[in-house]
Amino acid sequence: MERIGVFVCHCKLMAYMDTGTVVEAISKKPDVVHAAAYEDLCLAPGLEQVKDTIKNEKLDGVLITSCSPVLHQEVLRQAVTAAGLEAHQMQAVDIRSQNGVKENTERAIEAISSALDKLKASLPPVRTKVPITKKVLVIGGGIAGIRASLDIADGGYEVILVERTHSIGGHMIQYSETFPTLDCPQCIETPLMTDTGQHDNITIYAYSEIEEVTGSIGKFKVKIRRKAAYVDWDKCNGCLMCIEKCPPRVLSEYERYLDMPKRQAHRRAIWVPHAQAVPMRPIIDKDHCLYFTKGKCRVCEQACPSKAIDFTQQESFVEIEVGAIVVASGFDLMPKSAIKEYELDKDILEGIEFERILCPAGPTAGKVIRPSDGREPKTVAFISCCGSRDPEHGVPYCSKVCCMYLVKMALLYMHAVHDGQTFIFYIDIRTTGKGYEEFVQRAVTEDNVLYLRGKVSKIFRDGDKIKVWGADTLTGKRIEMAVDLVVLGMAMLPSEGVKELADKLGIATDEHGFMVELHSKLRPMESSVPGIYLAGCCQGPKDIQDTVAQGGGAASKVLALFAQDEVILEEAAVR
Amino acid sequence: MRIEISTETLYSDFVKKVEAISEQTLISCYQCGKCSAGCPMCFAMDLLPSQIIRLAQLGLEDDIAKANTIWICASCITCSVRCPKGVDLARVMEALRLITSRKNIDQVQIPEIPKETIAQLPQVAMVGGFRKLTA
Repeated sequence: MERIGVFVCHCKLMAYMDTGTVVEAISKKPDVVHAAAYEDLCLAPGLEQVKDTIKNEKLDGVLITSCSPVLHQEVLRQAVTAAGLEAHQMQAVDIRSQNGVKENTERAIEAISSALDKLKASLPPVRTKVPITKKVLVIGGGIAGIRASLDIADGGYEVILVERTHSIGGHMIQYSETFPTLDCPQCIETPLMTDTGQHDNITIYAYSEIEEVTGSIGKFKVKIRRKAAYVDWDKCNGCLMCIEKCPPRVLSEYERYLDMPKRQAHRRAIWVPHAQAVPMRPIIDKDHCLYFTKGKCRVCEQACPSKAIDFTQQESFVEIEVGAIVVASGFDLMPKSAIKEYELDKDILEGIEFERILCPAGPTAGKVIRPSDGREPKTVAFISCCGSRDPEHGVPYCSKVCCMYLVKMALLYMHAVHDGQTFIFYIDIRTTGKGYEEFVQRAVTEDNVLYLRGKVSKIFRDGDKIKVWGADTLTGKRIEMAVDLVVLGMAMLPSEGVKELADKLGIATDEHGFMVELHSKLRPMESSVPGIYLAGCCQGPKDIQDTVAQGGGAASKVLALFAQDEVILEEAAVR
Repeated sequence: MRIEISTETLYSDFVKKVEAISEQTLISCYQCGKCSAGCPMCFAMDLLPSQIIRLAQLGLEDDIAKANTIWICASCITCSVRCPKGVDLARVMEALRLITSRKNIDQVQIPEIPKETIAQLPQVAMVGGFRKLTA
């Protein structure tokens, strides 16, 4: 390149450097025939100036400083190619920095100089056209994955939905009722689950995991591992007669291992997570099945009218090819044991455990009882920020939903136990969604939920009661109270195994394991790999509203991609 | 009563000194109150530990001096162990005690202590007390 033009963008945001000095220094560089500062190069008049200068000065290389190449690159590239240059004949360089004017100026000159070298060395990229396989893989069958699957399937494209457990529905289906409108997920989510199960364009691989992913946008090859259910799901008709006769009683993962006094929350060794499971197909838990552990029983086999029980079943693999992937792998809660000053006790619950007890479709049919003795708790303390906003426990971020779900559960408890009393220990109340603040005010004024401002320091059993040591920083007094039940708002973490999944997909995660979006505000659905999109809590803590919105957003990204027949891949050429 | 908060109080020598001696950043504290909730000596304090660190954040040295809190603190470090933000409040308390002690002011007038009290006090406590509370 012998005729290079350097365009230094100088908007108000870039005022912290001496652009005059920058331009002067750069104009002395070899092969630079044009160097000048411009205002707002990212806007149409600025871009016109760039185009005109390229033509008038017969430039064969262009270097533009901009505030964020991630956002501006595309627009700048279009302007340059419109003026007749090839994309590789343009470099954008970020010269923003936060130091003094002198230092900023020196840094800018340095950055532009090295970008000039890069520009001169650049070769036309190797372009390959890849036809787009118009099928999509959705990883995770929670509400984010369901929304994304339905929207893409309704758009006419084939969806393969992979879910780790043996039913879709995710965490949402475990909840009692959802804030701020108090509709129950068993009413509002099940239609979507059924729709997903019956949709002609959706194939659900439940009880399956992603084994391997290769390829790139337009053509990913995915290997799915279907875990051995020991039940032939094609033969099974979902009558569940196998479950009725199965002898072992086991703590249920779906019920968060709740150990209720009359074993209400227990499951059998052959089991489905709940009465509205999609697909309605059981699996045998090998670790508790009498046949697998002791070599005899096979009662389920005799009970099954469809001859679907298959103790010899092995895990199998399915290989598919898709054009795009939506990751919706969801979240887990920090285990209660992580906070050592809060004792581990049957009556000290985490949020989802209490959701199950409050849930009309739950193990107690919505009757509020204590796991320890089956009595109705008359006082309940809710503790916010257990692990969240707690850098000492590795979670500096706010989990976003605890403020709302704790007050929702306090309100539902008050509706179930009219002579009860609830206390919510909080540091700050964060109610930023539509109708959220009104919901809190309603709980306080109409349902006698009492807020106490202070983080709890210690929780322990004292005879029949649970002792809570807290403080009310507003009065400057320490609080000691004895309650019947404690509910902890544990921090939200990315779901287990998220790092391994991200590695298989080749996408970036942050230091907490949440998947990194391309731009936190403007490109929240796109992962660091083209063709892989993010939805829901795998990207960061969020409520159902935001999760559904992002699920729909990720679907729109896939539909926009599938509206094209091929994608052009650019690979940097190597000398 | 109104308090005065200004850049002078917020960035006063007092605040700098507390931070230098304790090696803690006072403003890291987000006032959750967990230190007060767990403090075993709280019953005898006229201000909570969390209130003391708030006063220190605002540079309100006199209000801290008026409270008995820093002298009641037993340095058991329960607060430091449980602080979600990793603020070592026990060290802040020690810094505040040091700063007060280094003012070299007679906090007690020895001749005014009644003879009966002196008779009841163990010598070690008297010597220790005078070292702490006199110039």
